[in-house]
Amino acid sequence: MITDILKASVAASAIRLATPYIFASLGETFGQRSGVLNLGVDGIMLLGAFAAYYAVFETGNLLLGVLAALIVGMLLGLAMAFISVTLQAEQGISGIGLYLFGLGLSELLFQKTVVTPTPIDGFPRVNLPILTDLPVLGEIFFHHNLLVYIAFALVPISAFVLNRTTFGLQIRAVGQNPEAADAMGISVARVRYMTVTIGGGFAGLAGASLSIALLNIFQSNLTAGQGFIAVALVYFGAWRPYWVMGGALLFSTVNALQLQVKTIENALGINVPSEFAVMAPYVVTIITLIFASKRVEQPTALTKPFERGES
Amino acid sequence: MPENLLPTGHRRIEQMRMQGIVKKFPGVLAVDHVDFDVKAGEIHALLGENGAGKSTLMKILYGLYHPEEGHIYLNDQSVVIRSPNHAIQHGIGMIHQHFMLVPSLTVAENVALGMKSSRGLILDLEVVSNRIRELSEIYGLQVNPNSPIWQLAVGEQQRVEILRALYRGAALLILDEPTAVLTPQEVDDLFRILNQMTADGHALIFISHKLHEVLAISHRITVLRDGKRVYSIPAESATKEILAQMMVGRPVVLRYDLPPIEPGPALLRLEGVSATSDRGDEGLKNISLNVHAGEIVGVAGVSGNGQRELAQVIAGMRPTTAGKIWLDNDNVTNHSPAAMNQHGLSHIPEARMTDGVIKNFTVAENFVLQNHGRKPYAWGGLFMNFRSITRQCKTAIKDYEIKTPSHETPIKSLSGGNIQKLVLARELSRQPRVLIAAQPTRGVDIGASEYIHHRLLEERSKGTAILLISEDLDEILALSDRIVVMYEGTIVGEVKRDAADVRTLGLMMAGSKVTV
Repeated sequence: MITDILKASVAASAIRLATPYIFASLGETFGQRSGVLNLGVDGIMLLGAFAAYYAVFETGNLLLGVLAALIVGMLLGLAMAFISVTLQAEQGISGIGLYLFGLGLSELLFQKTVVTPTPIDGFPRVNLPILTDLPVLGEIFFHHNLLVYIAFALVPISAFVLNRTTFGLQIRAVGQNPEAADAMGISVARVRYMTVTIGGGFAGLAGASLSIALLNIFQSNLTAGQGFIAVALVYFGAWRPYWVMGGALLFSTVNALQLQVKTIENALGINVPSEFAVMAPYVVTIITLIFASKRVEQPTALTKPFERGES
Repeated sequence: MPENLLPTGHRRIEQMRMQGIVKKFPGVLAVDHVDFDVKAGEIHALLGENGAGKSTLMKILYGLYHPEEGHIYLNDQSVVIRSPNHAIQHGIGMIHQHFMLVPSLTVAENVALGMKSSRGLILDLEVVSNRIRELSEIYGLQVNPNSPIWQLAVGEQQRVEILRALYRGAALLILDEPTAVLTPQEVDDLFRILNQMTADGHALIFISHKLHEVLAISHRITVLRDGKRVYSIPAESATKEILAQMMVGRPVVLRYDLPPIEPGPALLRLEGVSATSDRGDEGLKNISLNVHAGEIVGVAGVSGNGQRELAQVIAGMRPTTAGKIWLDNDNVTNHSPAAMNQHGLSHIPEARMTDGVIKNFTVAENFVLQNHGRKPYAWGGLFMNFRSITRQCKTAIKDYEIKTPSHETPIKSLSGGNIQKLVLARELSRQPRVLIAAQPTRGVDIGASEYIHHRLLEERSKGTAILLISEDLDEILALSDRIVVMYEGTIVGEVKRDAADVRTLGLMMAGSKVTV
């Protein structure tokens, strides 16, 4: 009985904890599919998280918070697009620059405005008729805040956009063979601007899901590197939205288990050093990536700037 | 059907005229006041060496480059073509030499790329596939719309390119070296399609440097040299000799006499060699083959029948699954490429740009890629001796007539022919006993091809054992003492030089066992 409740609560919190990963890595999937690696996701998440938190802190309006995060994220995505597409800067390095920028600026703004980490009222859990009352399943799947549902809804939507729309075809073509796409009259730059901006918007939402839905607080380096894990999840998921979601869930499950490690230990009557528990998610990432990175079809133009007439 | 429409339902381009076109690149006048025109129902061939300006001129017509001077007229109306999209809107299509297809996407997806969908934002691959089947029917271009491109043979990929251009309403089609990668049968197929297209009122521009093909297919021929138009003639009054001379700027020898040589011992021996292909199936099956000193053995075959695997296996780039390889009486089966080199093997790889050179390295760096750690290019195997590298490389540039601004120029900015000459210079500088030459003149112009052929013949008289793998039958016939034909990973036949002709070889390449 105890273990059942435990399983349910671990599963529920895994789903909740997957939210920021899903937002961020879906967005990153768009960018990478078109050939742009944005390593600055974590920086965008931090500024998105701050923007959402600050909007809610000042107004109490949650939707305004989401909107603020979305806009801030898209603007930063646009900046990344300008740097990597127009200026053709080295993507890995400029992404790290963007991360440091987000890290520093979010901290500075927080210090200049809110100063002390103050909890806010974030997105409440939604009670769905009938569904929420289901035994076990209700607790696991149907007792979450709005952003959790939006994140999971974005998975099939992203897969549909990538695989079934003209825009998705353009994204895939630009990421695999930009010369061919260019010759077919597709603007490589336009497609990449759009995907990286979308990716930025999603990263902003990922930040918001932390600061106004999951943790309901802002502090320095709130994300603690989750944006980088999101980038890894894109590789893990082989640039496919459903697989990326699977990776996010695997990872968040390890996270959830780690958070409840004491409860689990008590239930099972064993003892695990706490350092090991903290380490676990990262070890899991590395191990899974080693296996996942085989047999995977990477966008061939990933990290390569496109210039017409160069081949 | 109204007079001015094509069978595809699109409007004809009665006449296209380019006038006084000038295009400059930093330091080069790529196209120098060139006039060029083509009419509906004709094939106008554009001939020239690499770097003569043919591709540049056509990229201007296709909107990829913008000319400094000059005008383009379509049906006597002046137009400015700003982009490929714009060219397509005007009914101009282009088949690029390097196919502009996305390998991971299907035929239908490649065709749909960049097109408006009948369902708005959502892809309409069914509609596209149906239209592809319709067009396939009209022009006899069979392809399966649902096949991913990477699974298709080169000839089929080209059909996809042509279909795509037709799909987009091309009335004028630019074909940039369309036969460079095709087998004789595929070339025949292509020519049949092109003839049908002109009969239906398409205007075609055919870029090539293969003279017999140009003479066979075109109505008019224009020759460019160093960016200038030097010659224009109706095809029926042209000859190979005059065209070659116009292209190169001097008389060219088109045939070789092989001095008779008594072949020496077998320097390269394969015994029952098998290997797996990239697709995971058995790409080489039980190959046995000897190449003797002073002998050129030609390997003919349709692209993708194991030639690539054969070269790679001998060069140590692909593991064997069975059999033995002997170099000079040493068993070198599954040795590394470096070990093969030590045993006196040189390899001119088929994929010049990926396996032959490092694109961003300079000419000199590429020249010493294999020997950079040895005398005279390094002291004690550690420190590079730049003075010696420079000196040797400059000598090679001069000896092999490599056209490059300097030995420090990045290799990628050289033409295909000059890059190949550098690879040749590097491989021959090691004074090999066995030489694998895979597609040595693919995409290389006449002048450079002639030069490379002479070098190969020179190696032959020095007593090198040469395995020449080529999809260009003319080249095989011109140079080989013996010819073996590959089909589906096996050797289906062997023909002596005197007994070989295009017809027999063509049949064997299609898989029939022919006894000669």
